Amino acid sequence: MQQIVRVTDLTKQFKNLTAVDHLSYTVNEGDVYGFLGQNGAGKSTSIRMMLTLIKPTAGHIEIFGMDLAKNRREILRNIGAVIEKPDVYKYLSAYDNLQLFARLSGIRSTRKQMMDQLEMVGLAQRAEDKVKTFSQGMKQRLGIGIALVHNPQLIILDEPTNGLDPQGIADIRNLILHLSRESNKTIIVSSHLLSEIEQIATRVLIIDKGKKLVEGNATELLDPAQTIVELQTLDNAFALQQLQLSNWTDKVQGQRNNTIVIKLDRKEIPALHTDLMNMQIQLLSLQPRHSLEDYFLQVTSGNQHVDTYTN
Amino acid sequence: MYKIFLLIVGFQISIFVQGQDMTALVMKVKAKLDQVNDYEADGNMKTDVSFIKAPVGKVKIYFKKPNKFRLKKEGGISLLPKGGVSVNMSSVIATNDFVALAAGESIVNGTTCKIVKLLPINEASEIVLTTLYIDEPNLLVRKAITTTKENGTYEMEMNYGGYAKYGLPEKVIFSFNTKDYKLPKGITLEFDDNEKALSDAQKLKNKKGRVEITYANYIINKGIADAIFVK
Amino acid sequence: MLTLIQIELYKIFRRPRTYIAFGAIAALILIIQFGLKLDGKSYSDFLMKDIGGSMVIDGNIINGYLICYIMLQLLLVHVPLLVALIAADMISGEANMGTLRLLLSKPYSRTELLLAKFLAATVYTIMLLIWLAILALFLSMWIFGLGDLFLMKSSYVVLINQNDVFWRYAGAFVFAALAMVTVAALGFFLSIFAENSIGPIVATMSFIVFFTILSTLNIPIFNVLKPYLFTTHLISWKEFFDLKVNDANEAIIGSIQNPQRIITSALVLLLHIVGFVGGAIFIFNKKDVLS
Repeated sequence: MQQIVRVTDLTKQFKNLTAVDHLSYTVNEGDVYGFLGQNGAGKSTSIRMMLTLIKPTAGHIEIFGMDLAKNRREILRNIGAVIEKPDVYKYLSAYDNLQLFARLSGIRSTRKQMMDQLEMVGLAQRAEDKVKTFSQGMKQRLGIGIALVHNPQLIILDEPTNGLDPQGIADIRNLILHLSRESNKTIIVSSHLLSEIEQIATRVLIIDKGKKLVEGNATELLDPAQTIVELQTLDNAFALQQLQLSNWTDKVQGQRNNTIVIKLDRKEIPALHTDLMNMQIQLLSLQPRHSLEDYFLQVTSGNQHVDTYTN
Repeated sequence: MYKIFLLIVGFQISIFVQGQDMTALVMKVKAKLDQVNDYEADGNMKTDVSFIKAPVGKVKIYFKKPNKFRLKKEGGISLLPKGGVSVNMSSVIATNDFVALAAGESIVNGTTCKIVKLLPINEASEIVLTTLYIDEPNLLVRKAITTTKENGTYEMEMNYGGYAKYGLPEKVIFSFNTKDYKLPKGITLEFDDNEKALSDAQKLKNKKGRVEITYANYIINKGIADAIFVK
Repeated sequence: MLTLIQIELYKIFRRPRTYIAFGAIAALILIIQFGLKLDGKSYSDFLMKDIGGSMVIDGNIINGYLICYIMLQLLLVHVPLLVALIAADMISGEANMGTLRLLLSKPYSRTELLLAKFLAATVYTIMLLIWLAILALFLSMWIFGLGDLFLMKSSYVVLINQNDVFWRYAGAFVFAALAMVTVAALGFFLSIFAENSIGPIVATMSFIVFFTILSTLNIPIFNVLKPYLFTTHLISWKEFFDLKVNDANEAIIGSIQNPQRIITSALVLLLHIVGFVGGAIFIFNKKDVLS
């Protein structure tokens, strides 16, 4: 599988703030790459660095196998992006905006091609209306239309569902799935909502405070065979000692914030429970979760976004 | 006080008596000028006034008795000394209401002239005093100095050529004193450095104002419509 | 590059704001023309009331050429605002609208983009001046007719022959275009620092007003500075309307009193344009786009 994006040790230092801290990740061809993190985690800064809007303090970005710093033009020609809010020229119509950005990307399309593009994002009816009359969802769809107009290999969508109603969110989700499956595009989608990403992403990166927390295949991170169990006991040291002597020892991941982390198959939980009783470990709590959720909860612990987690 | 008054009056009367024959001379000059009912001429006007930058301009001059005078410049704008009527001789001695006094002789441009002082009788007259330098044999005014109530003193120097028999000059040099001219820079919106502008102006200011008109192609007594004199 | 310029021009001329400037100039000029047509006589009487107490002007000084001069004098103070309205908005406006980040993620270098934007702003500025020329010069010539141009300077008056005027206006408008492009360059430079349009527009005008005041004030300390202020040079178009005189104090037709001053001013303005645009490109290339 070809690597579309390879980021190594990317760092961005604003005056007092390290927005992105030695971040490395890879996006493969055909991925729907979920870029997860809270607001301010460094997602947008990373994406802007991939689009050369922000200059990295350190690190290296390679896209389509080329160094971004050296081959900016060739690389950008093959990227379509919606960066944060889908802002376009409000005093122009949807059609004019699309045409303007098509030309900026070096494309001279026929009216038919343009209208097809608008049709795809459901704006054909409003093609001649000025964008200032559009709803947030329509602007978002136009933004995506603009990102796609030059048929790029890589599509970057930064928080594409921000400010949309549930129907709008579903529309965008379907559009992304369509693009991925039918057009075989590589898509990077950032979000601060796990629920959005886990339904569409093939790979996921979670970052917090500019640092990578986890990167992996969504299937693995959502796999029931990869369930994480967090234990809280009266005496963690004793519990850990007992576990390491038992046949659970391979599955113990270590200790984190007063909890012992064990990775196992969901079906093994009852057996674990019985063994813990037998080992005289005084259990305070036992919490299972799949690993994606686990990581995300770390990021968002105590955050209002937890309740949006479904499944 | 009374004695002084009497003295002055007596003195004036004595001059008056002396001046009688001068009136005749002036009347003769006037009669010569009166041959011309109207004329039209081409001219070249040169303005030499410290604060005026104007190119030499072609003008047309029109005159009609008794005192209609018009100087027209192609392009429409000409700068003339205040009291522009004085630019021609006829209007200087247009009236009969004057006292002419002899004041000796002088040489103007190589020609011996009688000096005649004209005093208007009419108290309301704008002209206070006119001094004429008359070339008696030819009955031509070679030079005239006019002092006005409002507009200072003007000097006209006339050179004659082919139209001398009509008393019409070939060239008139008009000299006068100029006053200061100054507009605030705020109005003219000029930012240029002052020193330069000042020295320029100073250089020019040392001169008297002069307007020089050269006449050519007189067309005499062919009739001129009054409309031409309406501005 | 050509595509970029076309697109920038397209954006400028599709915006309603652009036409405010053209409308404003038309309104001002037409009002002045209307007023002078109606009551030109009293205006000219006011002008001619007294030149030095010893001279009078014969003839009608209110002609197309004078009207144009009056309007240039008046309007070239306001045109910078209209230029700034667009030029100071070129980058900041896009930042404010949120389109800048999309624009900059397109396959063009920032230098190209800035140059294209500046050239587009220049085209707008020049079109504004052409519009000004059409209305202030040609329309005035048509309404008021031609004639000699009579001008009052602070320490002297100038009379320029009718057929010696037009080329001076051609020169003056070319110079004015250069001056206004300098204003555009200043506005453009300031626009890279802001994420709203008002800031750079106001800043541009403040700069111009501030330096114009310094240029006008006659205080020795500031006089030293004057040659270095670009505002001093913005109005050098007036130099086209001053004649040389010969030793006999006759104005020389076709001459300019201080041609060197025009050249110097033009060079100073060009230097400012290069400086502002170069500075904008240099700084903007280093800038992180966070809008």
